[in-house]
This record gives sequence, structure tokens and C-alpha cells, in this order.
Amino acid sequence: MKLIYLIIGFIILAVTSLFLGVQDISPLDLFSLTEAQAHVLLVSRIPRLVSIILAGVGMSICGLIMQQLTRNKFVSPTTAGTEDSARFGILVSLMLFSTASPLVKVLVAFFFALLGTFIFMKLLEKVKYKDAIFIPLVGMMFGSIVGSITTFFAYKNDLIQNMSSWLQGNFSTMIQGRYELLYISIPLVAVAYLYANKFTIAGMGEEFSVNLGLNHKQVVNIGLVIVALITATVVLTVGMIPFLGLIIPNIVTMYRGDNLQNSLSHTALLGAVFVLACDIFGRVVIHPYEIPIGLTVGVIGSGIFLYMIMRRKAYE
Amino acid sequence: MSNKSKLAILAVISIALAAAFIFIDLGSNWDYALPRRIKKVYAIVLTGAVIAFATLVFQTITNNRILTPSIIGLDSLYLLIQTFLIFAFGSMNFFVTNENINFVISVGFMVLFAGFLYKLLFHGGGQNIYFLLLVGIIFGTFFRSITEFMQVLIDPNEFLVVQDRMFASFNNVKTDLLLIATVAVILITLYSIRYLKYLDVLSLGKDQAVNLGIDYDHVVKRLLIIIAVLVSISTALVGPITFLGLLVANVAHQFLNTYRHTQLIIGAVFISIIALVGGQLIVERVFTFTTTLSVIVNFIGGVYFIYLLLKESKSW
Amino acid sequence: MVDVKHVSKVYGNKNVINDVSVKIAKGKITSFIGPNGAGKSTLLSMISRLIAKDEGEIYIDGMDVTRCKSNELAKKISILKQSNNINIRLTVKELVSFGRFPYSQGRLTKEDRKFVAEAIRYMELEDIQHKYLDQLSGGQRQRAYIAMVIAQDTEYVLLDEPLNNLDMKHSVQIMKVLRKLADELGKTVVIVIHDINFASCYSDYIVAMKDGRVIKEGTTDEIITPSVLNEVYDMDFKIEEIDAERICVFYS
Repeated sequence: MKLIYLIIGFIILAVTSLFLGVQDISPLDLFSLTEAQAHVLLVSRIPRLVSIILAGVGMSICGLIMQQLTRNKFVSPTTAGTEDSARFGILVSLMLFSTASPLVKVLVAFFFALLGTFIFMKLLEKVKYKDAIFIPLVGMMFGSIVGSITTFFAYKNDLIQNMSSWLQGNFSTMIQGRYELLYISIPLVAVAYLYANKFTIAGMGEEFSVNLGLNHKQVVNIGLVIVALITATVVLTVGMIPFLGLIIPNIVTMYRGDNLQNSLSHTALLGAVFVLACDIFGRVVIHPYEIPIGLTVGVIGSGIFLYMIMRRKAYE
Repeated sequence: MSNKSKLAILAVISIALAAAFIFIDLGSNWDYALPRRIKKVYAIVLTGAVIAFATLVFQTITNNRILTPSIIGLDSLYLLIQTFLIFAFGSMNFFVTNENINFVISVGFMVLFAGFLYKLLFHGGGQNIYFLLLVGIIFGTFFRSITEFMQVLIDPNEFLVVQDRMFASFNNVKTDLLLIATVAVILITLYSIRYLKYLDVLSLGKDQAVNLGIDYDHVVKRLLIIIAVLVSISTALVGPITFLGLLVANVAHQFLNTYRHTQLIIGAVFISIIALVGGQLIVERVFTFTTTLSVIVNFIGGVYFIYLLLKESKSW
Repeated sequence: MVDVKHVSKVYGNKNVINDVSVKIAKGKITSFIGPNGAGKSTLLSMISRLIAKDEGEIYIDGMDVTRCKSNELAKKISILKQSNNINIRLTVKELVSFGRFPYSQGRLTKEDRKFVAEAIRYMELEDIQHKYLDQLSGGQRQRAYIAMVIAQDTEYVLLDEPLNNLDMKHSVQIMKVLRKLADELGKTVVIVIHDINFASCYSDYIVAMKDGRVIKEGTTDEIITPSVLNEVYDMDFKIEEIDAERICVFYS
């Protein structure tokens, strides 16, 4: 697939997203916007579009980095406990500083996401049975354990239903003033581009990278910081989007091969296109209500993930 | 200390705790309180024994000490069923209020789902068992996505009913349910006795088990079905306690340090009873019901699990 | 006798075993040799029913391997794979006792205990029989596993690369034991082996495989010749006779 198709698809979907909603705005109105229309566009539609793109790009890149670092196709923020740890961090920040600003929350969430991912990486070193399927299993197990610890504190503080609502990724709440935190991911994605080759090498193992003169620890740590920070901001603002970081890079490697530098732009674009498509679907299908993105991607993502591991079986 | 005396000590502690639970502060109203408390202890013992046995056998089959049968999605499915019933028909509906019907529906669907998973696993013969688990856990995420969606939509008052079912509870055990569960557990125990002698050999791994003349696929299939039914029963009886099994099976292994399943099973059952009865005592006397046992057990089980993962890797 | 008839195995679209027929004689040591990926281990696993075959038939003393009851087969044939990752903590004696499972179903009788003690003595493991497997050296562990197979008391003993990771001294020790098993106890020993000179010095028959097919089979003298080995391995061999044994020289 050529990049150009993705770009065309992206533009079409982005425009569709802008002009879709309860308030009728058509592209033709663009030069003669009423005040109400301009308001809707600025306060709701554009923030929504931007957050979809940033979340889609960010989570897909996170998945790609993690897969390169672990040399395992099935590792992603969902299957390594990163998302669950970020959520735990948000809960902790809510409990400790109940009036915390978003920035404090994201910092605490980031710290926990980093810690969780770090523990997962430590686990990987210890796992003897490095089966491609066993590792995501351990990761998801780890994630659900972090989840149960979160539940423990949430239950004590009567925050369960509250938590369910940020558990589920949702773009309908993305309005001006609530999504700006996502801009953090832009410089991070840029760093990911710079480090792309190094992540690939670091994934080959410590000895391999040292032999090539690479500071293995540093590269891995930079990768983990990027992943944890992007995940923390996305979980905090949008909510959890299960399997997104897992399926997008995998679809890209299916047609592009494994070299990270080649696949980065594809992954980023496809991530945005996929989330845009899912979001539009969720807005159209039970109009005027909408299905949250977490559910749409959760359902489609589990389906694709299942297909991928079954397909893998057929090759063996 | 020999393992026989260790088992004896466990038995004594279990009985002492159960007695303490029944007789502490019994008060003058004992003809009302006594039967209630006995019922409660009985429910705890039944659940604890079932979960301990199921997890121990499951870990032997998978040759892995960090897995628990609940992760194949049964817990999530149970919550989905409960949430759906309340979401669709309301909390005062017959399917929700009639415990027997609810029990049968829940067990039925969980067993059906497990059957479907196993079909997938054994279709074509000799699939990797981790494959089954990963598929199960993905389905778990899938179920959770839908459940969370419904939970956000549910009226907060109705949500309290859902929340009650999200956590295992021994506070309101229904006598009728105990009867059905007891009969079911007895039948399954009788059925499973003939397979017990294979467990020691199964812990040597698949190749050795086949070499020593075990009809591996046949035996493992039967054992997996037994496990699924037992977990379903315990979940439908009191609610999900995901990590109890993980906790007790590992403590049993560490405490008894043997491969003999006759001792391991008895030990795990007692440890499970001690954990649950002791935990319930603490919940009632120390926390005075401000939290639920399953949340605490999951919390402790989770922390212990992470400790295990980081400490040693020999057992997996 | 083990009789393999037209057996095939396909993984994906790769034919790892392609229409193989071979007969393995009783009471002798038969070695399977061949380059990596020739299908030797796969064939061994199919003979011992660890993996299913796609086509063909395998008979052991006239019994069809796939149809026969697994427990009956376990008294006839035993297999030891190259990697034995047992993740429970066992002593040598406990491991060897497992070898009696086909007979006792876990409840050891007096006779079973006798077999276990004998197997331990035979492998000279008495001193370390109460040690845990993870405390042993590679050679000792391998001997413990072989003792288990001896306790299983099967007529056919299959070993997949039994010398893997062993030093020369332990390798010789293991091969001598296998020789004794055939000569003294009349067992049929089948091994997959990479060291061609061990195969030459210790086996009665050799089956040479390549690309999923049997290229040549025969007595050791028939196979250990420059022309056959050249065909199997695609390289030149020089064969010297030292102390009446054929030794292959192929290092240059």
C-alpha cells in the first residue's frame, strides 16, 4: 500500500469527522459560517478531530516502540500493563490531591505507567519460556492485577462508577479546554522518529547493541518514557483504547516488513485513520447517540487480535 | 517438619478459625444467628475448596504457577451477564432477583463459553495451551468493554446492584443456592477422582506424560472441563475472586514443597479456607463491613503475585 | 521390530518428513544421522506418538502406534527428548520412580521399588539419589533421566540427542551405558545423534536422513564410507581405521 492512499483516506475521514454531528455544518458553509456554527466548530469539532488524531497516532507509535524493544509482536500498552498502571496512577492522584490539576494528574499517571512498564520489562528478562503467546499473557495477567489493586482503592473511596467512565475511551467529551494535554505527544512522536533505528537495535538484546556501540539502557529507557508519557496523557484525557497499539503496527508490518524507520509514518497515519473511522462509525450507527471509542476499538481490536494469533498458528 | 504434620496444623487452624467465626459474639440471639453463621462458613469453605482445587489442577496442566483459570474470561463473562440482565430488564427483574434462575443462567453461559474455547483449542489437535489462555483473556477484554459501556449508561441506583455483584460476597448467601452448588460440586468431585492419579505425572510436562502412557489430550480435556465448571459454580455462588486461587496454590507449593498432588490439594484447600474465613473475620471485626473480602483478597493476591514474579522464575 | 511405512508430516507447506519407510531391528543400537532439519527428531517423536503423523503407518511389534492404548505403549516404548524442562523440584529417586507409572499408576508396589533401585544402581546414581535434579551437573542429570527410562523397562528406548551439551567423558559414559542396554538387557536402542564418530563406534545400524527422506540405511560399515557421508552432508570425509573403529576426519 502506498503512503498516498493512506493520506487520501486520512483527509477524507478528517473532513467527514469535522462536518458530522447533531449541529448541521456542511463544507459549503465554511465561508459563511454563522456564529453558532463557528462556535461548534471551534469548541467541539476541531478539538475532537485533533484529539482523535493525536491519540490514534500516539498509541500506535507506542505499540510499535514496545514491539521493537521486546521483539514481540503482541506487546503493547494494553498487553504490558501500561494502560492499567496509568489508570492506577490517575486514581492515586485523585486520592492524594483531590483537586489536582490535569498536569499533576498526568505526572502521577506517567510515573505509574513508567513503573508498570518497567516491571513488565523486568518480568520479560526473567521469563524463560519466551513464547510469542506467553508474553502477552503474562502482560495481561499483570495488567489485571494492577487493575485489581486499583479496584481495591477505588472501592474504598467510592469511585468505582466514576472510574468506569474514564476507563472507557470516549471522544465525545473532548472539547476546548479538556484535550490540550494531548499536545504533549507531538514532541514525543518526533523523538520516536529520531530514535527509530536505535529502538530496532536495542530490541536485538543488550549484548547485540553493546557490540554495535549503542547505549542499550539509555535507548530502552527513552523508549519506555515515551510510551509511558503518551499512554498516561491518552488514558487521562480520552480513556483506555484497548488493543489500538497492538493491532495498528501489526497490520503495517503485514504489508511493510519489520524495519522500524520504514513503518513509522505508515503506523502513525494508519493509527489516525483507524481511530477516525471507528469514531465516525460510533457516531453514525446509533445516531443521535454515540458509541464510545473504547467500545468500538475494543470490539474491533479484539477481533483483529484474535485473527492475528490464529493466523500465526497456521504458519507454524 | 514433615508434610503430614504441616497439613495437620493447617487443619487445626482452619477449624479454629471457623469456630471463632461461628461463636465470637454470638450473643443471646443464638438460635437466629447460629444457623446464619454456619451457612456463611459453609459457603466460604465450599468456595475456598473449589477455587483451590481448580487453580491447582489448572497450574499443573499448564505447567505454570502464575496462571489462574479465572483469566480465561469467565469472571468478565459473569459480570457481563449480570450487568446485561440489570441493564436490559432492571434490577427488580425475575432473572436478577431469583437466585436459582440467575445461578443457572450464569453457570450455563460460562460453561458454554469454556466449551467453545476448548473446542477452539482442540480443533486440529494439540494446540498450545497458552494459545487458549490468550484467546480467553482477549475475550475477557472484549466482555469488559461491553460491560463498561453498559455500566456507564446504567442509572446510578441500579449501578449499586451491579457493583454488589462485581465483588464476591459472603454476606447474603442463599440457602437454595448452596444446595444446588453442593450437589453440583459433589457430582463433579466424584467424576474427577479417576483423573487425580495423573496429576503428578502431568506436572512433568506433556512429553513425559505421553511417554509414561497418559492419553494426554483426553485427560487434559476432561480436567479443563472440570475446572471450568468448578470456577463457574464458585463465581455464580459468591461472585468473582480472581486471584484467590493464585494466592493459595502458590502458598501451598511453597509451604509443602512437594510435587505430590494428594498433599498439595489438601493443603491448598485448607489454606484457601484459612484465607477466606480469616479474611471474612477481619472484614467483619476490623473493617466492620466497610470493604468486601474479595477486594482485599484480590489486592493481597495481586501484590503477592508481583512479588513472586520478581523474586523467582524457576517455577515458570 | 519398529516398522515405519510411508510416513509423512507437513508443517505449513513444508514437508518435514516425506514418505519415509524404515525398519528398526530388535536388540540393536540404531542411530539416525543427518544434517540439521533432516527430520530425524520429528520421526523419532512420531514413532513414540509425541506428535501425530499426517500420513502412513507405524507399527511396533505389529501394534499400530496411533490406535494402540497409550498406557500399553508406555510399557513397550519410551522416549527421552533432548530438552527436559521439568519445572518441579524432584530428587533423582523421585524422578526414576515416575518411570514405573505405566505399571503402578502412581502407587508403587514392592516390585516397582525393586525396579527403581535397580535402575539407580545400573546408572551408578546411588550416592546422589536423594539429591535434587537442579543440584546435579548436566551429565548426572542425563544419567538420571536415562535411569527413569530404564525403570520404565520398555523393550524400545528412543533417545533424541542424548549427548547434547555433555563433555567427552560424560558422552562416552552415556554411550557405554546404551551399549550395555542393548548387549546385556537386550533392549532396542534408537538414537538421534550428531557426532558421527560416536555413531560409528557405538551403533549397529545407521539410518541417514536428509530433507525429510531416508537416503541410506544399513550396517555401520555400509554407511560410514566417504561416498555415503558425502551424499548426506555435502562435504568431503576421510575415513581412517583406528583400533578397528572407523573414524571420520572432516575438519579440513
